[in-house]
Amino acid sequence: MRGICKRFGEVRALDQVSFSIRAGQVSALLGENGAGKTTLMQVLAGVQPPDDGEVELDGKAVSLRGPQQAIALGVGMVHQHFQLVPTMTVAENVLLGCPRPRLWLGRRAAHEELTALAAQHSMSIDPAAPVWTLAVGQRQQVEILKVLHRGARVLVLDEPTAVLTPLEIEPFFDALRALVSAGAAVALITHKLREVLAVASTVTVLRRGRVVAADLPVDTVDEERLGALILGEGEVDGEAGRAWSGAPRSVTSSPAAAAQTPRLSLRRVEARGPRGELALRALDLEVGSGEVLGVAGVSGNGQRELAEVVVGLRAATSGAILVDGAEVSGWSVRRRLDHGIGYVPEDRQRSGVSAGLSVMHNLALRRYRRPPGRALCDWGALAAHAAAQVEAHDIRVASLQQPAGQLSGGNAQKLILAREIDAGPRLLVAAQPTRGLDLGAAAAVRARLAALAQGGCAVLLISEELDELLELAHRVAVLYRGHVAGTLQRDEATPERLGRLMLGQEASL
Amino acid sequence: MRLGLIPRHQPSPRRRAAVTALALVAGLALGALFLVAAGINPLAAYAAMARAAFFGGAYSLSDTAVKATPLILCGLGCALAFRMRLWNVGAEGQLLLGAWAATGVASAWLPADMPRLLMLTSMALAAMAAGALYAALAGWLKARAGVSEILTTLMLVYVATHWNNYWIFGPWSQGGFPLTPVFPASARLWRLSGLTLHAGFVLALLMAALVWWLLRRSRLGFEVEVIGDSPEVARSVGMPVARDVVLVLAASGALAGLAGMVEVSGVVFRLQERFSPGYGFTAIIVAWLARLHPGAVVVVALLLGGLLVGSREVQPAGIATMLQGLLLFCVVGSELFMRYRLVRRRHG
Repeated sequence: MRGICKRFGEVRALDQVSFSIRAGQVSALLGENGAGKTTLMQVLAGVQPPDDGEVELDGKAVSLRGPQQAIALGVGMVHQHFQLVPTMTVAENVLLGCPRPRLWLGRRAAHEELTALAAQHSMSIDPAAPVWTLAVGQRQQVEILKVLHRGARVLVLDEPTAVLTPLEIEPFFDALRALVSAGAAVALITHKLREVLAVASTVTVLRRGRVVAADLPVDTVDEERLGALILGEGEVDGEAGRAWSGAPRSVTSSPAAAAQTPRLSLRRVEARGPRGELALRALDLEVGSGEVLGVAGVSGNGQRELAEVVVGLRAATSGAILVDGAEVSGWSVRRRLDHGIGYVPEDRQRSGVSAGLSVMHNLALRRYRRPPGRALCDWGALAAHAAAQVEAHDIRVASLQQPAGQLSGGNAQKLILAREIDAGPRLLVAAQPTRGLDLGAAAAVRARLAALAQGGCAVLLISEELDELLELAHRVAVLYRGHVAGTLQRDEATPERLGRLMLGQEASL
Repeated sequence: MRLGLIPRHQPSPRRRAAVTALALVAGLALGALFLVAAGINPLAAYAAMARAAFFGGAYSLSDTAVKATPLILCGLGCALAFRMRLWNVGAEGQLLLGAWAATGVASAWLPADMPRLLMLTSMALAAMAAGALYAALAGWLKARAGVSEILTTLMLVYVATHWNNYWIFGPWSQGGFPLTPVFPASARLWRLSGLTLHAGFVLALLMAALVWWLLRRSRLGFEVEVIGDSPEVARSVGMPVARDVVLVLAASGALAGLAGMVEVSGVVFRLQERFSPGYGFTAIIVAWLARLHPGAVVVVALLLGGLLVGSREVQPAGIATMLQGLLLFCVVGSELFMRYRLVRRRHG
């Protein structure tokens, strides 16, 4: 790919970007969120037409007019979020959207074909198994098989390890190595340095739509150098830099009064998930004031339901939820929030900020009913307060009237935190608070969480970033199938132990 | 050469106005094609309609305002609900029930020699209560059981039609004819001397101002905006979404119910079959053309009211409905150009 340019409105997403993927090796594409990695790969996959520049395949210039054509030319994309139909079998999923549609699926032939294809790439998978029965790592194999089956010679993997547990990552890398040794060309999009160093041959670094380092052989770089490249040399001090250089573990001091009555306690809480399945099972949990309790787990083991049950968005079918000793199970969300709960939802763009409303309106969401007992909003005071909040929390906005949907992920999250902190919470429920944020914004969010705990607030931090949990949490509880599989003190929580608990391989402590 | 669409950011208010105006012109131009096909000179037809509706002196303006009055009230009701993404498409039913309640107060339940102000106020309150409760029924079903308000509000229109017919043909029938006795003088709205224009028009303007002000300033109005933009966010910050669904549908129904009272008390002076030519349905178009803005509802209602008056001048009679449809089609279609920029692409 040479000299690729792509603009979205005023934003230059890609500016003269060149990137090459060679057969027989893994080429990594590294950069912060918003650096242009995904856009570049979408150009390659035919999803986005480039404004300028050209794509060459095997030395010949090709014009990609759509995903179908990219597939026909042998470019296969494995998306970060799996595109599988859970109720269908592995074979059915692979045949779905097959470029050579057949009237009859030819089940037996398909199964044989797939087993052979899997074996060829040293994967083992049962073609007849329904996808919902598979573990996340296996689902990823199905995704890869899907593109291989369509004859892909160039594989693009978008943040493939984001959904894997620590223990699943190594086998996945083995599979990748097997793929390239069989002659495939693999592009690995990631923002995790360790993975680049572990599996890639060369690395290209993008920053703000430009290539800042092209095709560096990985044996010539280390984590520090790559970090500097991603962030830009000058910016490796300050907040982001600190987050980078090994992260001080003393962000949160030990809670002063762990022995006091807990702020939040869940006793044998059960709740159903969106499909009626039992998502939380006899769950016991306690968070003390000034304590950050981390909640780890493979995605989909009850994290979302846990947050929703505490806030009141989902009803607990049994058990007790106590906040400062008050049983809140029967309370509305409003009453619970008024009682001192703050909530940073997992799905920031859908549940956190109202995208079509202004920054000012979004900052008013927890404040518009002050003083109580009146029918009207005091927009003068709310606007003044919003201006102060934007200033105090360093939320970068064009104006208070800017629609919140235009804010970057980091600024949107700062807005949400500003709003929730301003409400003076005694308990903050933060779900995936740094997911998708760039390093600078993630560090800012973590600093605020740490400061809140320092001030005596109890923080329930649900995260899939182990590093984040190890940095912030005093204790880490691991959810496995809606149950707390174990709770580890910070100093005994190693990635290995957490990983085993996340997979249900270690008995409850 | 090929045409392509590129997403654009928030359109400016100026651009919105310009695109909407262009869409209206396009609607009239499309309508002209149909008129030509029907053998009518479109320019002459549009001129005759404009004269009858707006440029025919006080009488024509008065008629237009009278037609616009129920459209304003029902349009406000629809716009209010639509802002919260509650698709109240049954304003017609709420209007019918409001007219029924007002008629009951005027000719059956209160003595005819009541003081006029007291009588009219009672009629208005009864009509609003009837419309509100009727719409709140749909709201309650939606909030409690997730029943689609599109279906319930629409089907309740038919229930209301037959309910009114029962009273018109039965208990309130005047000598077997399907109409109620004429209202006493105390139950008729004040009229501008010699004209058809009645006090209901002023009431509608006041309601538009009230709805605009409440949306902008009240806490409930803020909740409506947030729920309309993002119900997930509203729930996450603890807004009482279910309560607001019932409340807003009730308010929406109250406005439509008031339209029913204004129509029987200012125009017809009795309840009869088919006294509304579908104001409650046209109001859906009004709300959309006005892009759910209360002030714009007044302007659009006057335009469509003028269309109703003006189409009396041209045959066949379906022309007004056709033009309404075309205008809605063009304005809704123009939404595309608000969100996307049309560009020419060099290669094909």
